[in-house]
Amino acid sequence: MTAAPPAFLTELQLDALTELVNIGVSRAASSLREMVGAQVHLSVPTVSLQTRARAIAILSEREISNLVAVHQVFEGDIAGRALLIFPETKSLELVRAITGGDLPLEDIIELEQEALAETGNILLNSCLATIANMLHRSLKMSLPEVLRGDASTFFSLDPTPQAGDVVMFLYIDFAVRERDISGYIAMIMDLPSLAALVHLLDEFIERETGIAVNTENDGA
Amino acid sequence: MPYTLLIVDDSKLARMAATKALKARYPDWARVEAANGDEAVALAKETAFDIALLDFNMPGRDGLQLAADLLSLRPATPLAIVSANHQTEIVARAKQIGAVFLQKPLNEQALSAFLEEAVRRLEKGKA
Repeated sequence: MTAAPPAFLTELQLDALTELVNIGVSRAASSLREMVGAQVHLSVPTVSLQTRARAIAILSEREISNLVAVHQVFEGDIAGRALLIFPETKSLELVRAITGGDLPLEDIIELEQEALAETGNILLNSCLATIANMLHRSLKMSLPEVLRGDASTFFSLDPTPQAGDVVMFLYIDFAVRERDISGYIAMIMDLPSLAALVHLLDEFIERETGIAVNTENDGA
Repeated sequence: MPYTLLIVDDSKLARMAATKALKARYPDWARVEAANGDEAVALAKETAFDIALLDFNMPGRDGLQLAADLLSLRPATPLAIVSANHQTEIVARAKQIGAVFLQKPLNEQALSAFLEEAVRRLEKGKA
């Protein structure tokens, strides 16, 4: 795990957040399996918190081609936007993987938008719902929207983000029917939302382990 | 009699949560922990344990591969695979190798039921 400075979370808070995301993604894999009719491999190798500028830099460095994203806005104690991001070249591959790959190209192109939105909806909802439930809070999610562009367009959507915005950034491996597609999930939130998340993570850690957390990060 | 539980999970929080659930049911049991499959196999060669609780989704070998490796070292060890990923293929493979599948997040009730059944198996084996 490459925890680039500044460190927004303690080691145990990051571990807890990673565990929540992994549970969310694992549940999404179960839901996608029902939809796809074949075993779905989904894993989250790393979770890190980055500044918005750093997240744009990382994504631009790793992916030089155009990107496609499924975007949803969430509101509640923690508010922000969640994005599932793939290189545009992998987007049809994802649709083929989901539909079984025996459809003609024109059908696949026609289905692309819908399949992406549905996949994104399942994955993002599963992650956010798991985080919300396990932190004992509720989040309201908007409908999924498919966007095309690059890292800076995705991370600079209206309303214009604030300088202090933080991006929870994770790599995700997605494989079904011998097709292997790597993508990203990004959750963009402002500093008050990050402070709320940190506080909720501490409460969660205490509930799960029975051990009170040293809340030095409170109100950060 | 008190037994020793092996807990394998790459998340420290998940290991701490499993420990809390274990202590609620069997406060006098011992436990050993590993953060991945390699560590668990190395530990299994040196340290005695009676029952194992294995996370499915870990870097390196997954919980099912680890279960097979542990069973080849210590056949008939009661094992549980823990995951939020309850795809039929995974649950079926767990069953096939004789492991119990437990849903993540792990709750005390489900863990207790697994441990009680494991104790019955171990006591029966000794009889």
